[in-house]
Amino acid sequence: MDKKKMWTKGIKRDILLLVFLFLTGAVIFIAVIFGSVRGNFVKVNVDGRLIAIYPLSENKTVEINGAGGTNTLVIENGESYIRDADCPDRLCVSQGKISRRGQSVICLPHKVVVEITDENGNASVSAESDADIVVR
Amino acid sequence: MKNDKRKFSGAERTAAYAMLIALALVFSWLEAQIPAFFAVPGMKLGLTNIVVLIALYRFGSAQAMAVNILRIVLVSVLFGGPWAMIYSLAGGMLSAIVMIILKKTGLFRIVTVSIAGGISHNAGQIIAAMIVMNTAAIAWYLAVLWFTGMLSGALIGILGYEMIKRLPERVFGKGE
Repeated sequence: MDKKKMWTKGIKRDILLLVFLFLTGAVIFIAVIFGSVRGNFVKVNVDGRLIAIYPLSENKTVEINGAGGTNTLVIENGESYIRDADCPDRLCVSQGKISRRGQSVICLPHKVVVEITDENGNASVSAESDADIVVR
Repeated sequence: MKNDKRKFSGAERTAAYAMLIALALVFSWLEAQIPAFFAVPGMKLGLTNIVVLIALYRFGSAQAMAVNILRIVLVSVLFGGPWAMIYSLAGGMLSAIVMIILKKTGLFRIVTVSIAGGISHNAGQIIAAMIVMNTAAIAWYLAVLWFTGMLSGALIGILGYEMIKRLPERVFGKGE
């Protein structure tokens, strides 16, 4: 290991890599932000299978039967969130409200994915299509 | 450890690895005690990564990987479940591979390597979650966790660097 006087040796390479990593993160961030359009529907998946689609415009409370437990989904004023769940970590509850296309709330223990989609009922905003939007 | 004058016995090595894994368990426990005050789900400090860094810089790539896999399996059995294990493995393996490669290039310092490791840890977990949950919707989290990964990677890198240079040569070897 270099001693004090040499501590700047080769630091340019580190800075270059860090700048590169930062920019990559920024590109991902911009791609996600640009791809975020208000969605119209809430899609509920359990274990990769589509269970239901609800319009975001209609206030509603639904019990989702996940794998090994239930999550209470609330649609309110164009936003959707999980109000309650009997999973151990309850991370889905703390994930907050979603309303933009491609946003999701996920309960890993119950394999529940609540996702905002566009009119066609497709969650077309994947990582790839986000990137496309930015590139073109 | 080519320039080591003194050979390490198998027992000494075993004891050193065991110490690292025990340290990883303590760190995992400690981290589990921190309430989830972080705004972003999945954001973690990743204290246990210090152990992988130590193994990587004081013992070598294969040892780092071995310690990494062992601590993930043990921690998952103790504190998590089968699902936690899959996510930890995905994140932990990717991060270890990235750090091993970056270290092998010999171009970067520990903090930088650790930052890349932090990012790839989060990326690995999200990719695993995408596959398990069969959805691309969580790409959203990658944007945020990319930066939290950089942050925690930097912190862990500084801590790790300070530890790596202080650990006694007698037990932990000279490193490279």
